[in-house]
Amino acid sequence: MALLKVENLSKSFSGLKAVSNLEMEIKEGELIGLIGPNGAGKTTVFNLLTGVYVPTEGTITFQGKKMNGLPPYKVSYLGMARTFQNIRLFGDLTVIDNVKIAYHQHVSYNTLTGILRLPGFFKGEAEMEQKAYEFLKIFGLHEKANELAKNLPYGQQRRLEIARALATKPSLLLLDEPAAGMNPQETQNLMELIRWIRKEFNLTILLIEHDMSLVMGVCERIYVLDYGMVIAHGTPDEIKTNPKVIEAYLGEEAI
Amino acid sequence: MGSAGDLILQQLINGISLGSIYALIALGYTMVYGIIQLINFAHGDVMMVGAYIGWFCTTVLKFSFLPALIVAMFLSAVLGVIIERIAYKPLRNATRLAALITAIGMSFFLEYGGMLIVTPQTRTFPSVFPQTVYTFGNVAFKYGDIVIVITTVILMLLLQFIVKYTKTGKAMRAVSYDKDAANLMGINVNNTISATFALGSALAAAAGVLIGVYFNTIDPLMGIMPGLKAFIAAVLGGIGIIPGAMLGGLAMGLIESIVSGIGYSTWRDAAAFIILIVVLLIKPNGLLGKNIREKV
Amino acid sequence: MKLFNLKNALILAALIAVYAIVQMTAVAGTLSPFYLMTLVLVCVYIILSVSLNLITGYTGQLAIGHAGFMSIGAYASAFIVVKMQGSLISGLLFGALIAAIAGIIIGVPTLRLRGDYLAIATLGMGEIVRIILLNTDYLGGATGFSVPKSVDWTWAFWIMVVSVVIIRNFINSSHGRACISVRENEIAAEAMGINTTKYKVMAFTIGAMFAGLAGGLYANYMYIIQPMSFSFLKSFDILAMVVLGGLGSITGSIIGAGLMTILSAYLANFPEMRMVIIAVLLILLMIFRPNGIMGNKEFKLNFLISKKER
Repeated sequence: MALLKVENLSKSFSGLKAVSNLEMEIKEGELIGLIGPNGAGKTTVFNLLTGVYVPTEGTITFQGKKMNGLPPYKVSYLGMARTFQNIRLFGDLTVIDNVKIAYHQHVSYNTLTGILRLPGFFKGEAEMEQKAYEFLKIFGLHEKANELAKNLPYGQQRRLEIARALATKPSLLLLDEPAAGMNPQETQNLMELIRWIRKEFNLTILLIEHDMSLVMGVCERIYVLDYGMVIAHGTPDEIKTNPKVIEAYLGEEAI
Repeated sequence: MGSAGDLILQQLINGISLGSIYALIALGYTMVYGIIQLINFAHGDVMMVGAYIGWFCTTVLKFSFLPALIVAMFLSAVLGVIIERIAYKPLRNATRLAALITAIGMSFFLEYGGMLIVTPQTRTFPSVFPQTVYTFGNVAFKYGDIVIVITTVILMLLLQFIVKYTKTGKAMRAVSYDKDAANLMGINVNNTISATFALGSALAAAAGVLIGVYFNTIDPLMGIMPGLKAFIAAVLGGIGIIPGAMLGGLAMGLIESIVSGIGYSTWRDAAAFIILIVVLLIKPNGLLGKNIREKV
Repeated sequence: MKLFNLKNALILAALIAVYAIVQMTAVAGTLSPFYLMTLVLVCVYIILSVSLNLITGYTGQLAIGHAGFMSIGAYASAFIVVKMQGSLISGLLFGALIAAIAGIIIGVPTLRLRGDYLAIATLGMGEIVRIILLNTDYLGGATGFSVPKSVDWTWAFWIMVVSVVIIRNFINSSHGRACISVRENEIAAEAMGINTTKYKVMAFTIGAMFAGLAGGLYANYMYIIQPMSFSFLKSFDILAMVVLGGLGSITGSIIGAGLMTILSAYLANFPEMRMVIIAVLLILLMIFRPNGIMGNKEFKLNFLISKKER
């Protein structure tokens, strides 16, 4: 069964179609790439999937559930998590608090327990602390747990975004340009990390990326978007030789 | 006599006079908001200062209406620029909250600093116009009504001309659209912002003098309520949009007059705030506003 | 983390000491009634500023209608005490409850608005409350509503302590962090599964509730309450305390409320001068130290306990 099924999805902003008639199907455990020239509508697709935008037309089915128009936090409850192209961390909070906030939906104590400092509070907080620390460790951020997120270097901020997304315990992870601004070595490490977390957490991953070496290196299937439409999809090898893709990218970036 | 039609017509006339004053103040709010996204809480108090300058010119210096108006407008424009340079300019890159609090502080400063200088006592504005009342059937309008409307119309036409056709006006529109790009195009952003404050403050001062002339009394806290209501008028019309401020001002004046006219004058201020909240909830960008969404 | 440690024991001891010194000097008559009144008002304003800080400093929602909630609590508690012959505690609780309900009713629609718009909407709401009270003759209208004085230093001080502890505990819990995430980045918070509307309304409601409680204390201490004491000027006063102390710092709010209330008391005979000083202070603060006295840091006694216990 498909984990995510997108049918006839369209979104227009005051008449301008940003995404039109998108069809997409992702099976459990797949690692899919979403590529396309600048302004092709890739991030809009993410915003539609995660409920930031309400689709103009079409349906999104996730784990057999239709989820058009659900607010983003409910999409998160259903098991979809994302990172942001323009990093959106909670800058004035510590690194570990960033992760704890994402883990909040799994916390067991209620508001009154927290206010009255009942035993459930201490138990819950201890669990959060430990889990958050584990996530940080995976991304090598545990030594910076008590630093403010805004003080991290760029590459670590990107990794913290992924750690934070993972803390919501998703089944589908959407990564929006995770390698943006990283050097080749960092990109290489990130590639391995993505492969590893997929196995470790049983994840399905959909990623937007401009770095072709990363996309071609890790993705099993690729969707190519141009002017809001899917112009091609297939394995990396098929995509590389697809004339439509080459045309869309001509003068843009070397494949 | 006393038919409902006459009553409505009478309130309509009062409403247009009051609304013209609100519109003049609202223009300053909307222009400043349009250019630096700041609710200039001190704007109503600049209006108060303008009223006092007008009062000083007419009582002490024995000026007639027009010279007093021009002096008040000019000096208030200078005050507006000084306020901007001292209090707001250092905060151009600070948070919205910091700027808003500074504006509130500036408002207090003018109100209570004003009290220290001119005492809290209410002053009577001399009658610079004949107290003639024209009656048409059962509907009366004062000489002052006509002066207010004519002054407002002239000032608004002047403002439209400045904003649309002068270099400064074009620069203002460019800066409100995109400050950085305007800067790159060689527009002096600081001077343009100062010019906006000068224009807005001059209009507020005109409103202040008109209030003095129309209601005869002025006091240091007179700027608070008209200031808030003019701000509501600006929001009602769509903040940042000049025709919106004019429309919103007139609408506010009319609504207030009607609420008073049907015998609920103690609820007049509440009506203004209820309108504000209803507008914010239903159409937060105002009657003439466009939808803007945050980019994700 | 532990409930009982040296730090908490010391804080408790310090609180008891402060309470006892004031109480004893007041009973002995060495502390003049004027100073005692100032100290009671400091307690009232601490509750107000800490609760506003929860809304504005921690959750990032700029609200300037706190005096409105304070007046709702004041009048509701006075209604219970005077009209229903209820006890002080039932009056205070009722005032807090009604203010909380008002917080939900006002918060749900207005918290959709952002920044400046929310500020203006809450200011408008506060003014509407004031005008309604002004026109309600049953509760005294413009002349005011007489309430017997039943709040004393003991009530004011310990209710203040309990209020601050409750708000602090809320902020330092997972739910409090959810509120802070709304301030930090609403879109990211929502994407991480935080129901931002819920937490905004929650913070707003808790803030309103404690403003109502403070209003109840105020009403039952001041002999008379009038709608004009709860105008938006009072809301600005409270906001100024929060900003002076530092948005996002509870100890900051306590310091801010203390400083401003004492300053106001000293300048009580020079009301204009008082306002000019507050105004200049606010402007200078925003230009030179926009984060207030404490920034978003807390004054902590953490050095007293080992790192593990924190």
